[in-house]
Amino acid sequence: MGRYLLRRLLQLVPVFIGSTFLIYWLVWSVPGDPFAGKCGERRCPDQYVAYMTEKYHLDQNVFVQYGNYMKNLLQGDFGQTFSQRDIGDIIATAYPNTLKLALVALAIEAVIGLGAGILTGLRRNGFLDNLVLVSTLFLLALPVFVVGFVLQWLLGVQWGIVKPTVSSEMRFSELIVPGFVLGSASVAYIARVARTSIAENRRADYVRTAIAKGLPMRRVVGVHLLRNSLIPVVTLLGTDLGALMGGAIVTEGIFGINGIGREVYRAIVTKESATVVGIVVVLVVVYLLMNLLVDLLYAALDPRIRYE
Amino acid sequence: MRVSKRATSAIALSAAAALVASGCSSGDGDGDAAASKDGAIVIHGVQPENPLVPSNTTETGGGKVIDWLFTGLVEYPNDGGAPRNALAESIDTKDSKVFTIKIKKGTKFHDGTEVKAKNFVDAWNWAAYSPNGAQNGSFFADIAGFDKTYTEDPDGADGPQKAPMPTAKELSGLKVIDEQTFEVTLAAPTAVFPTKLGYSAFMPLPDAFFTMKPEEFGKKPIGNGPVKFVSWQDNVLIKLTRFDDYSLRDKMKIKDVDVKLYQDETAAYADLLANNLDFMEVVPTSALAGDKWKTDLGDRGLNTVTPSTALIAFPIYDKRFQNPKLRRAVSLSINRQEISDKIFFGTRKPADSWANPLTPGAKPGNCTACKFDPTTAKQLLTEAGGFTGEMVFYYNSDSSHKDWMDAVAQQVKTNLGIEARAEGIPTFAVFRQNINAHKMTGPYRAAWQQDYPDVENWVNPLYVKGGSSNDGLYSNPEVDTLAKQASSAPSLEASHEAFAKAIEKVDQDVPSIPIYFYGQQSGHSEKIKKLELNNVGELDITSVEL
Amino acid sequence: MSDPSTASIVSTPAAQPTDTPATPGPQGNEKPRGLLGDAWRDLRRKPLFWISATIIVIFLLMAAFPSLFAPGDPVNGALSRSLNKASGDAWFGYDLQGRDVYARVIYGARASIVVAVLSVVGTLLVGGFMGIISGYLGGWVDTILSRVADVFFGVPFVLGAIVILTTFNGSGSSNSKAEIMGLVIISLIVLSWPVVMRLMRSSVLSTKEADYIVAARALGAGSGRIILKHLLPNCLAPLLVYGTIMVGSFIGAEATLSFLGVGLKSPVVSWGIMISEGKDFIRVAPGLVFFPAAFLVAAVLSFVMLGEAVREALDPKLR
Repeated sequence: MGRYLLRRLLQLVPVFIGSTFLIYWLVWSVPGDPFAGKCGERRCPDQYVAYMTEKYHLDQNVFVQYGNYMKNLLQGDFGQTFSQRDIGDIIATAYPNTLKLALVALAIEAVIGLGAGILTGLRRNGFLDNLVLVSTLFLLALPVFVVGFVLQWLLGVQWGIVKPTVSSEMRFSELIVPGFVLGSASVAYIARVARTSIAENRRADYVRTAIAKGLPMRRVVGVHLLRNSLIPVVTLLGTDLGALMGGAIVTEGIFGINGIGREVYRAIVTKESATVVGIVVVLVVVYLLMNLLVDLLYAALDPRIRYE
Repeated sequence: MRVSKRATSAIALSAAAALVASGCSSGDGDGDAAASKDGAIVIHGVQPENPLVPSNTTETGGGKVIDWLFTGLVEYPNDGGAPRNALAESIDTKDSKVFTIKIKKGTKFHDGTEVKAKNFVDAWNWAAYSPNGAQNGSFFADIAGFDKTYTEDPDGADGPQKAPMPTAKELSGLKVIDEQTFEVTLAAPTAVFPTKLGYSAFMPLPDAFFTMKPEEFGKKPIGNGPVKFVSWQDNVLIKLTRFDDYSLRDKMKIKDVDVKLYQDETAAYADLLANNLDFMEVVPTSALAGDKWKTDLGDRGLNTVTPSTALIAFPIYDKRFQNPKLRRAVSLSINRQEISDKIFFGTRKPADSWANPLTPGAKPGNCTACKFDPTTAKQLLTEAGGFTGEMVFYYNSDSSHKDWMDAVAQQVKTNLGIEARAEGIPTFAVFRQNINAHKMTGPYRAAWQQDYPDVENWVNPLYVKGGSSNDGLYSNPEVDTLAKQASSAPSLEASHEAFAKAIEKVDQDVPSIPIYFYGQQSGHSEKIKKLELNNVGELDITSVEL
Repeated sequence: MSDPSTASIVSTPAAQPTDTPATPGPQGNEKPRGLLGDAWRDLRRKPLFWISATIIVIFLLMAAFPSLFAPGDPVNGALSRSLNKASGDAWFGYDLQGRDVYARVIYGARASIVVAVLSVVGTLLVGGFMGIISGYLGGWVDTILSRVADVFFGVPFVLGAIVILTTFNGSGSSNSKAEIMGLVIISLIVLSWPVVMRLMRSSVLSTKEADYIVAARALGAGSGRIILKHLLPNCLAPLLVYGTIMVGSFIGAEATLSFLGVGLKSPVVSWGIMISEGKDFIRVAPGLVFFPAAFLVAAVLSFVMLGEAVREALDPKLR
């Protein structure tokens, strides 16, 4: 186990380099001159373009650029955006906000998804089962911008129940609606997986034994069934965190949250490789560690899986 | 020219507006002076793209803040009238070539230092010195000696060669006479020069600017305007407060102004309706649809027109678009009224002139190609020999142009009976790059907002050979000659007359087709009792009363 | 990374797989039958299967012959009837450009269904194949494949799609409709396969130590046989669950790409394009979003139901 862990940690290095380079190269190859659109309907002065190109070493080939970037990154310098803001600062202020939003979304997703999954898993093919299926799929199929807009409009403006946007303090109560919007698409997945898992374990011998022993149904479900069915749901939720953080672009925009989403999108469009990589690097690290954790969890939770 | 690239924005330009007198202010009577005195408002803003240096700001997010932080030599009255002196005591000239500019004594920068003639000369020299890479550097091209301080890259920015170092560090046409006076010599007589002086590129910079890096200055700008800078939290908030030592006309009536930086207009609009936001310059498309904004806001809504025009430009370098008859046919087949009514719900006016009619010197209704006349259009198309292939209308899809471009393409298709459709190009950067490189293969959207209020700004950059935004490479020697005469005319009246003649020639050639004039729908909270919009459609924060 | 991805949906199998599949099972008196035969017999009896299959057939017909369902013109509009209410001519009314919404919804089925279904099939094939290989073989093959998947997973969806599509489908490129659809499908596959691979791999990992696999190996079954006959049927369940739901999110992803200007282009109609076009008018004409969304949900629902029915039929543990 210890050796396996060490090996996996060592493997993170090439993956880290591979993904950062791939991203750097992808942003670099986004077509368009980053400064062509800077001056409105008028061509930017050549001098301005030349000045910026030199300042950001954009005239060098992508390998040299990437090398320089990594060198600085290892010294803790994330570089600057084309508007001369420190990317390190952006990451430091934006990440906590996105993380908070993603955690709230995850919690909401878990509560709704699990609840729906348990209900439908126990009573499959009933009216409730179909209702849950249709409504979760409806949320999945509707693009986030529609769900977000409608909820913001109804709850925030029309009925005045919540503030339509999130203040910079990011209070928990303000994040419930955005969290629901962000998590809404994943609810369908969680509910389905929980349902499948519960339905399968429902027939397992230990459940039959528990019922046969005369245990009350609540205890059977709460202790025996749920604990055994939670594993896939929890691993799904764990790896969903990274996806939620990366996928918050639209939600952050709708609710005016100062997160990483708007910076990533802006940077992709303006070809700021350093910004995109800087932000995504943190995401990649989160994702890689989560992945490792999940792999280790398999072995810990299920003795049939072994890592030599 | 400033451009807004907000992805969800209804219009690509922040509207710059001379206001119709009746539409420019809101609320009746005066506000409560006591409430105003220490009052604070929160207004909508967009994260500036660059540090806030006047000569390096070309987009609306930062431009708006720059306009509040700085006061220039002249100001453009809110009612769209002729420019008048602000910081300038007098601007004198005999021949429109040599200008003697005297500034008011005793005005201060926010750091307490006095605004002197030197601050203007140094600021202009800095922007005009090409290695500094200022985006607005070319605004100083009128001044003598510009060719020495500002060198062009011989093969363009992408080419391997680099621009030679300029031979001079300072414009020879600028001379400090004494603490309050400086003299500007132009390369050629230009009657419109004083009008330009209100544009943000011409703002003075404090001595402190020259002792630090521009980007450091731009993060904590020191201006000379009615409000001073307090703090800037990226993507969240820019805080401004009244500058108590301000001595010019437009003093602040309230104290604090918080510019809340939004990414999405819909979010800001929701805040406005929930009274969390006090002013929003442009309400989003989703509120314009079906005139919902009128019912949402009631008398808190403002409807104004702005001197910006949306155009469709032809790539005249493409052989298929070189026949003026074809271009006129396309123009005549577009029903602008219907687009205005159906797509914009009447919030944009159909274009009927080449220069926006709100611009001083512009003649209304002088675009004969702007009528809707499908019969003549078809006939002209036949005379032009038809059109082979598909006519693709291009737009940048990171801003909301799809709806009206789709409508234009459909009308051309229906009325001319040719294959036509509209296609989005993902980003404004790629879109502009293709335009700059003269690689467009079909008509494309463009928009023009005046930099300064004069008809000159609607002709020279757009329709004269080598003009800074003549991207379609239109060239008509007659237009060039007339425009040149007009530019160097001794008086503004003579200049306007000559430009009108040049426009008549342009009208024959239809190098681009005006589609609609921009309008602007703004809204404010119940808290604000009185406000005015300035000539560029921005909130005049000095007019706000609570 | 806009798709709600999962790295693993391990449905830990019931501890004792009492009845083994494929190998002549409890129904000893019947003629031994293949897995598929069993499944088919099971399926035939399920109303769920018949209902969903019928709906899917209707959608497929709609995609193949839209003009049978809608006489109207989905592409050309006239501003004079912009946002007109529903009428006998246009059952769902007209959109902003004065186009028949009913006709557009019907014609939109083709692009939406083709793109989503083919992308899902491709993703399942690529990801599933990689997952089985890496889960079953383990060792350095697993290491390399998993790490490659990690690299791809780190790429944000929007970024990857913009690059792939603008490179091959930039403006001015005169790709035919089929080519554009192909490119959209390929970029969706390239950016989504790692999820399915992780899913499959974890499934295989938890199954390959099961007694019946060990038994099969002890009996001398080759790797190919073990994978096809034993592993695949037992690991298919989570994949099918995921895949059918993925149809829904891919229709949405296609909309996002079109919205960004790199996906399908007019005059191609898709539900995703319709929804993103209609969103600004949701307060005035909610039908512009509602109708394509309703069709989208109906299509996704029928795929999910079909997937569910097939899964139950295939999954030996649920017999």
